[in-house]
Amino acid sequence: MLDELLLRELTPAVIGVLVRRGADFATAEDAVQEALVQASLSWPDGQPDDPKGWLVTVAWRKFLDARRSEAARRDREERVEVEPAPGPAESADDTLALFFLCAHPSLTPASAVALTLRAVGGLSTRQIAAAYLVPEATMAQRISRAKRTVSDVRFTEAGDPATVRRVLYLVFNEGYTGDVDLASEAIRLTRQLAAVDDGEETAGLLALMLLHHARRPARTRPDGSPVLLNEQDRSLWDTALIAEGVEVLQAALARDRLGEFQAQAAVAALHADAPRAEETDWTQIVGWYDELLRLTGSPVVALNRAVAVGEADGAAAGLAALATVDPGLPRHTAASAHLHEKAGDLTAAARLYAEAARTAPTLAERHHLTREAARIGQALG
Amino acid sequence: MKYLLLKHYRGAPAPVNDVPMDQWSPQEVDDHIRFMNDFAARLEGTGEFVDGQALSPEGTFVRYDGEGRPPVTDGPFAETKDLIAGWMIIDVESYDRALELAGELSAAPGAGGKPIHEWLEVRPFLTAPPTVAE
Repeated sequence: MLDELLLRELTPAVIGVLVRRGADFATAEDAVQEALVQASLSWPDGQPDDPKGWLVTVAWRKFLDARRSEAARRDREERVEVEPAPGPAESADDTLALFFLCAHPSLTPASAVALTLRAVGGLSTRQIAAAYLVPEATMAQRISRAKRTVSDVRFTEAGDPATVRRVLYLVFNEGYTGDVDLASEAIRLTRQLAAVDDGEETAGLLALMLLHHARRPARTRPDGSPVLLNEQDRSLWDTALIAEGVEVLQAALARDRLGEFQAQAAVAALHADAPRAEETDWTQIVGWYDELLRLTGSPVVALNRAVAVGEADGAAAGLAALATVDPGLPRHTAASAHLHEKAGDLTAAARLYAEAARTAPTLAERHHLTREAARIGQALG
Repeated sequence: MKYLLLKHYRGAPAPVNDVPMDQWSPQEVDDHIRFMNDFAARLEGTGEFVDGQALSPEGTFVRYDGEGRPPVTDGPFAETKDLIAGWMIIDVESYDRALELAGELSAAPGAGGKPIHEWLEVRPFLTAPPTVAE
């Protein structure tokens, strides 16, 4: 039985060992991928006693092979006879360095995501391509380019955890498409990051992911259409994940260095905490949106805040808050439709829902908003 | 043989049952969506489905305008443009089968639960003729 998750967990440590022995990152990463392929062929017959040692040995051989063949191509003989013994190694620092490298600011977000999933996550190019619905050759090119881009970056350079968190959040938001569940994968990697990076925002990100993920079983109907938060069957929420998310968040908040992921997680925790939609503590949610707005200045946050104000203080207050938000924002029209309906102005709401449906960013939202327009149209007669 | 079935936002003749979707009942909207999903699922079952996507209503024509110049775009003439709402690629045995399926798709239910009789454009892909193996 092949333990694919174990293979993926070992990947960053093995790359780290190779790089520390003097391999360049790009070749080391290739060598480890080849070792993973070999493991997938050999391990079903019997997993080695020391999987990490096995992978290090095989990957190191692959690396030497690659270096030899390259040397031969340049007509330079190079013989490396000594096979260093695979030893136990402290891998925490390597993992963190690998996270930083794969999220390097010189990479585009799409490339950073692909490289992180491969080098830190241990996913194959085929799996990543499937998750992002692009041909494998396209993804292979993207990863090669990314590796060339970071080839000059020294492995020891200190990186920015904020960049790593952004990349992981991007992965999380991709959700579920291929045979790998990217949301679970993002959580697994964020747990790894949290194990080597003690920052409260990393904890905040982990809490946010856990709290969102806990509600996932209730978020879609069997046919794949989305279920709104206030209509979700809360008995489907994963209470263990919620409890863990809240605990991680509280520990982070206790350190009194608020950041945007912690504030977002706080909003998610308040939703998760309500046994029924009507019991949601909207006043506190508005408070956290105020904090978020202060931290980010983001117009999207301002839009969400206006919706929360509509729930906490009534539709009129919500519409007043919405009036200060850029009307060109995606979902502005949908929010406006919702608040107009709440205020009892059904004619305006019907028109706004129809308009929002026409400009919806996803097909699922378009369907949902069309249904809302139809619902109000029917009420109007 | 592969065919592209195109739905249009604008540019195609109006369907027979021409009521804007937001004026349908929620049930009619659901029925329409379910019809489309079932249709795609059935073609997956018969091995005739290749791919399908929905497109956003915006679109821009772009043209090369010479060395060192920015490309020409079509300007704010959206009202007169023919825009594609979505497409489905099917891989079927014959042209007749492609027409049959397009006809079925055009019968998706709309207001009043009646078929909308939407016009669909059917476009064959240019492909190499099948190899004759004798």
